[in-house]
Amino acid sequence: MARMQITRGMRLTQAKEYVAGKLGCSLRDLADPVAMHEIRGELGLGRIPVQDLTYPNEPGALEAKFHIADVLDVPINSVGCFRRRAGIDG
Amino acid sequence: MERRIATRLGDGSFIELTRSEIEADLIAGSEFGAKRSKAAVLGDDEIAHLLDIFASEAKFSAVDLGDEVVLSFDGCGNADAGTPVSDVILYQNHHGADSVELWHHDYSYKAVKTVLSFETQAMKDAQMMVVAPLNYGAMPDLGRYSMPDGPIPNWSELLPLGRIDEARASQVEAGTHATRDMVHVAGAMLEAGADGLDFDTSGAAGDGDLLATLNAVRQIRAAWPDAGIEVGMAGECVLGMHGELEFEGRRLAGMWPKDQLVVATAAGATIFGPAVNVNTTKSVAWNVARACTIVKPCTAAATIPVHMNAGMGVGGVPMSAYPPTDATARASRALVDILKVDGL
Repeated sequence: MARMQITRGMRLTQAKEYVAGKLGCSLRDLADPVAMHEIRGELGLGRIPVQDLTYPNEPGALEAKFHIADVLDVPINSVGCFRRRAGIDG
Repeated sequence: MERRIATRLGDGSFIELTRSEIEADLIAGSEFGAKRSKAAVLGDDEIAHLLDIFASEAKFSAVDLGDEVVLSFDGCGNADAGTPVSDVILYQNHHGADSVELWHHDYSYKAVKTVLSFETQAMKDAQMMVVAPLNYGAMPDLGRYSMPDGPIPNWSELLPLGRIDEARASQVEAGTHATRDMVHVAGAMLEAGADGLDFDTSGAAGDGDLLATLNAVRQIRAAWPDAGIEVGMAGECVLGMHGELEFEGRRLAGMWPKDQLVVATAAGATIFGPAVNVNTTKSVAWNVARACTIVKPCTAAATIPVHMNAGMGVGGVPMSAYPPTDATARASRALVDILKVDGL
């Protein structure tokens, strides 16, 4: 929701509905860490590594932002910068 | 005899008030805010809801499930955890921050310009390690451009001498420097991967400060259409240090949050942050009721997200380096429940 607010200027209700639609989840899921842990894992949106839980085979921060940009259909500046500097098309 | 309830003053110190005294403070705070800003006082149902929040003896208070808002954190890239980059990761992973911010300890775009290459490198490094939106923030800080810190004759010295025209001209000239610096820093930060810019405490030096910010925002929006831009205010009413400055035909001096929102939106901001300062001698309940009253017309009219400034001396949160959780939670819940803000 923060990305849709920052980049698209969406108000909160609109941002929640937009993101839930893109993720295919309920509005309640958006603020549920249990549900979002699974959704983030399934869609490669990045999980938070803590001492007991690490995810070396899943997308890291910038890698996850590539997926977030695709899933939410929103430009992410750092992803664009990485693409340009790494010479990645698309 | 009515039971006395532990609550706090705006400086964070504990006091004990009865339920009736808290209710009286809520009504008085709302009336005080309405009188100054010409907004409507809070309704009976809103006062009753705030009374339930502030008369509770619970340590913590929170919004209902489903009413969660986005939590953006300005100034969270301290070096408390070793480095600013470590700090933004800490805020993302452990503080529940929905967006984070890098900043320099000399929180001013003018100062940042002198160390910009180091700040942009930190931004680039941090973007590799952070998933949450990561902005760069600083103050427009128009006063830095006046003598002896800057090159422009000091309007605060000219005004008491009655040299009004010179004081006004100084502010306009300083504004051109400030706008140029803000756009320069913004361009470098966006090139380094920043998700957006935060112009924090806009208007701190009055209407000239706000005009310089709005001009910068307009230029940034034109050059970088997808950039996030947050305009956060310094206070509830724009001081008329110049008095005659306008943005798109609107006089800036004397603006309250609703009109501040209008010009920020017109300039191209994607998030607006109203600020209402705390009276440290009044109760938190009084301050929250006043803040809600002043900002309610703003959130009602907004077409962009409104992230109310809520922390250390603004938005009803006590003026303390370590704002107590009981007061912060109550103020935050009240702002969400009454104002329907999009974030804090």
